[in-house]
Amino acid sequence: MTPVVDIWVYLTDEPLLWLTATVLAYAVGDRAFRASGRKTYVNPVLIAMLLLGAVLLATGTTYEVYFDGAQFVHFLLGPATVALAVPLYTNRSHILRTALPMLAALVAGGLTAMLTGLGVGWALGLRGEVLLSLAPKSATSPIAIGVAEAIGGIPSLTAALVILTGILGAVIVTPLYDALGVRDYRARGFATGASASGIGTARAFQVDPVAGAFAGIAMGLNALFTALATPLVVGWLF
Amino acid sequence: MLHAIAILLACQLAGQVTVTALGLALPGPVLGMALLAGLMLAFPALHEVVRGLAEGLLAHLSLLFVPAGVGVVAHLHLLGENGIALLAALVVSTLAGLTVSVLVFAGVLRLVEPRS
Repeated sequence: MTPVVDIWVYLTDEPLLWLTATVLAYAVGDRAFRASGRKTYVNPVLIAMLLLGAVLLATGTTYEVYFDGAQFVHFLLGPATVALAVPLYTNRSHILRTALPMLAALVAGGLTAMLTGLGVGWALGLRGEVLLSLAPKSATSPIAIGVAEAIGGIPSLTAALVILTGILGAVIVTPLYDALGVRDYRARGFATGASASGIGTARAFQVDPVAGAFAGIAMGLNALFTALATPLVVGWLF
Repeated sequence: MLHAIAILLACQLAGQVTVTALGLALPGPVLGMALLAGLMLAFPALHEVVRGLAEGLLAHLSLLFVPAGVGVVAHLHLLGENGIALLAALVVSTLAGLTVSVLVFAGVLRLVEPRS
């Protein structure tokens, strides 16, 4: 019989182990989400990332080794982003009729997130490249990382802030909008995609297909807005 | 299924190549999304071809963020001494952004769509 250590060495050489672990951890998170009666704070992404983080720590596995397997899941983000064209197309009449509210919400919400982030960070003593890393965090990761580089932020810090913003947004959006009394799924979806990018959009699809379609278009528009507006705002402030 | 995979990947590839060639400040897949939307408007038959795969991918969109999320957990110590200030800025700005954008959307919607 092969010793356990040898099996472990064999498995850690193959991408299959961490690929399987990623899907299993997410299945556990999804099961917990459904079992809770779809409670917003039982977020499947958050559960899966905490579970896997604990497993990596316990087994002394580096993130690089983990990502060798998990990259196959990560890669699908590209095709999934392209796939957002389908709900966009299905809801095209809705979307064309709301061009004006979308544009207004995009600019107002985008500037608010950017300025409050920089303002609170500055007030709490953040300066320089750490402070600038906050500016593009509401955009989808590839854009946020590129913008962070361009304005003198720290790209890896921005990448982490994008994920944390997405998780936080996905967790608080439903109770927040219920408290604000906004029931329109076009407004709720759009604001979620514009503020919490991909993870927010994933949450919107859990709630309602129209909300998901509007979140998808908001994520795309906010990518464009962040790329254009962040260098201008940062240049004007600093 | 096969055709749907080919179409999604081809749109992503076309988006990626265009972004790189023109030096655009956009992710390639976002341009690919715009391209696929345009193609479906021009050739409505495409919609039925890609619909099943697209809906399947989007139903599990959350799963696709897990690898990047684990990266945050693994690199949490990098937030370091600035952790509290960064988290405070993140919480305030996310709440403010979510609130302002939903209220502005709903407010302007009421102006252009008075009956709703």
